[in-house]
Amino acid sequence: MFAAFMMNAWITATIVAVVAGIVGYFVVLRGSAFPAHAIPKGAFAGAAGASLLGINTLIGLAVFSLLGAVGIGSLGRRGRHDVVTALALVLMLALGAAFLSRTIEYEPEIYSLLFGEVLGVSTSQILPVAVLGIICIAAVAVLYRPLMLSSIMPEVAEAKGVRGYRIEIAFLLVVALATTVTVPVVGALLIFSLMIGPPAAARSLTSRPILAMVLSVTIALMTVWIAIAASYLYNWPVGFFVGAGGALSYGLGRGWAAWHRAPTSRFPAPPLTAG
Amino acid sequence: MHELYRSVFEPGFFASAQVHVAASIGAAVAIVSAVTGVFTVMRGQSFAGHALGDVSAAGGSGALLIGLSPVAGFVGLGIAGAAVMDMIGVSRLRGRDLATGIVLGAAIGLSALFLFLGTTTSATTGATQQILFGSIFTTTSSTIEAVVILGAIAVGSIAAIWRPLLLSTVSLDIAVARGVRVRLVGLLYMLALAVSVGLSSLAIGAILSTALLIGPAAAALRLTKTVTWALAVSCVIGVLATWLGILLAYDSYYWGSAHQSLPVSFFIVGLIFATYLASGLPAARAVSRRRAPALAQAADRDQVAA
Repeated sequence: MFAAFMMNAWITATIVAVVAGIVGYFVVLRGSAFPAHAIPKGAFAGAAGASLLGINTLIGLAVFSLLGAVGIGSLGRRGRHDVVTALALVLMLALGAAFLSRTIEYEPEIYSLLFGEVLGVSTSQILPVAVLGIICIAAVAVLYRPLMLSSIMPEVAEAKGVRGYRIEIAFLLVVALATTVTVPVVGALLIFSLMIGPPAAARSLTSRPILAMVLSVTIALMTVWIAIAASYLYNWPVGFFVGAGGALSYGLGRGWAAWHRAPTSRFPAPPLTAG
Repeated sequence: MHELYRSVFEPGFFASAQVHVAASIGAAVAIVSAVTGVFTVMRGQSFAGHALGDVSAAGGSGALLIGLSPVAGFVGLGIAGAAVMDMIGVSRLRGRDLATGIVLGAAIGLSALFLFLGTTTSATTGATQQILFGSIFTTTSSTIEAVVILGAIAVGSIAAIWRPLLLSTVSLDIAVARGVRVRLVGLLYMLALAVSVGLSSLAIGAILSTALLIGPAAAALRLTKTVTWALAVSCVIGVLATWLGILLAYDSYYWGSAHQSLPVSFFIVGLIFATYLASGLPAARAVSRRRAPALAQAADRDQVAA
C-alpha cells in the first residue's frame, strides 16, 4: 500500500484534502454549496475543450473555472444567485457536450475526469498541484478577515466598507483555483463532497472558526486517507469512498452535536427570533 | 420561397420518426418542468432542483446494474433523495444549501461506484456520457408512456396543493399564521419536484433537465407580474426553445462539410440562456431610466408622499 507507485497518490491526496478542508469551511459558512458544485462540474467542460484543441487539460480547467466564477459572481449581482449558478452550469456543460461530440474521447478518460484517478497521479503532476494549493491557502489567509466578516455579518461588513460583491468574486475565484488544483486528482464531482462533508461536520462540532478549520482539514484528511486505503484493498473507486466518507462524517458530526446538547435541552433556552 | 423553406427545414425533418418522438417528449417534459420550475425559482430551490437530477441519475445507473427498469431507478432514488433533503432541513433557509449538498455528495459517490461496476462487469460503452448528458434523440417511444404518467402526477400534485404552496412560497409568515402546514406542503412540493426532475433527466438528460426547470421559469418570472402568467409564459418559452433546439440540431448535420451534428442540449441550453439574459433587459432599462435626474426627483417625491 505504501509502495513507491502509491506515494504520489498519498502526497497529492493530502494536498487536496488540506485545500478542500480550508476552502470548504468558507463554502459551508457562506452557504455557497451550489457554486462549489457548479464551478468544478462546469470546469470539466474546459478539460474536454482542451483535449479537443490538444492543449494541457490544466489550462482548460483553469480557464473554464475562472470564467465560471466571474460569470456567476457578476450575473448573480442582478439576478437570483441560485438561478444564475444553475444557468451558468448548464451552459458550461452544454459547451462540454458540444466539445465531446467533436472528439473521440476515450470513455475511461471522461470517467476519470469526473470521478478522479488518484491512484494514477504522475510525479510531474505533484508540483503544480502543490504550488496552486499554496496560492489558494495564501489567498484565504489574506482574505480571512473581510471574508469572515462578510460571511457572518454581511450588514456590518458593508458598514465597515467591505464590498460584499468584491469579496464574493474573490472567494469564487479561490474556489475556481481550488477546483483547478483538485479536479485532475479527485475529479470534478468528488471535490464537492470533500468541500461539503468534512467542513459541515466540523461546524457542527465547534463554533470557533480556527478550531473548526483545523477539524475540517483533519476530517478531510481522514476521509481521503481512508478512501485511498479502502480503494487499494477492495479495488472499488476512490470516489465512492470519498462520497460515502463525506456524508458519513457529516452524519456523525450531527449525531455527536445532538447527543452533546441533549442534557441542556431539559432547560430550554428562550426562543430566538430567526435571523 | 421554397429555397428558404428548404434551408430552414433540412430534408426529412418532418418525416423523421426520431424527430417526432423527440419533439413530443421534449414538449411534455418542457411543460412539466416549466410548471414545477416556477415554484423552484420562487422558493430559491434551484440547487435542490439540479441536485435531484444527479441523484436520480445515480438511481438510473444503479437500476441498470441490478436489472431494474430505469424509470424505477430514476424516480425511486430521486424521491428518496428529496425526502432525506427535507428531513435534514431543506425547508429552513440556512440549512437548505448544506442538506442538498450532503445528499448530492453521497449520490455522486454512489454513481461513481455504479458506473465503475457497470463498466467493469458489462461492456456498456457510453454509459457515463449517457447518464451525464443524455440525449433527446435516443429516447424511444416506449418512454413516452412513463413520461406522460409521471408528468401528470407531478403537475397534478402541484395543482392539488396550489393555494397553500403559493402562500407559503410568497410569505412563509402569513402562511404559518393562517394555519397552513408549511412543513407538509414543503415536503409534498419536494416530492413533486423529485418526480418531475427524475422523469426529465431520464427522458432528456441531466443538463437539459436543469436548463428546462430553471431557465424558462426564471425568465418568465422576470417578464410577468402574476404567477399564472409566469406559468403560461414559462411553458411557452420551454416548448419553443426545445423545438427550435431540435430543429437546429437536426440542421447542424448539414452545416459545413464535416457532416457531424452538434448535440441538441447545446442548442436548447444556448437558446434558454439567451432568453434569460434578454429577459433582464426591460428591468435594466427601467433602472437606468429611473437614474435620470428629473425622474429621480419625481421618484423621491413619490417616496416621501408614500
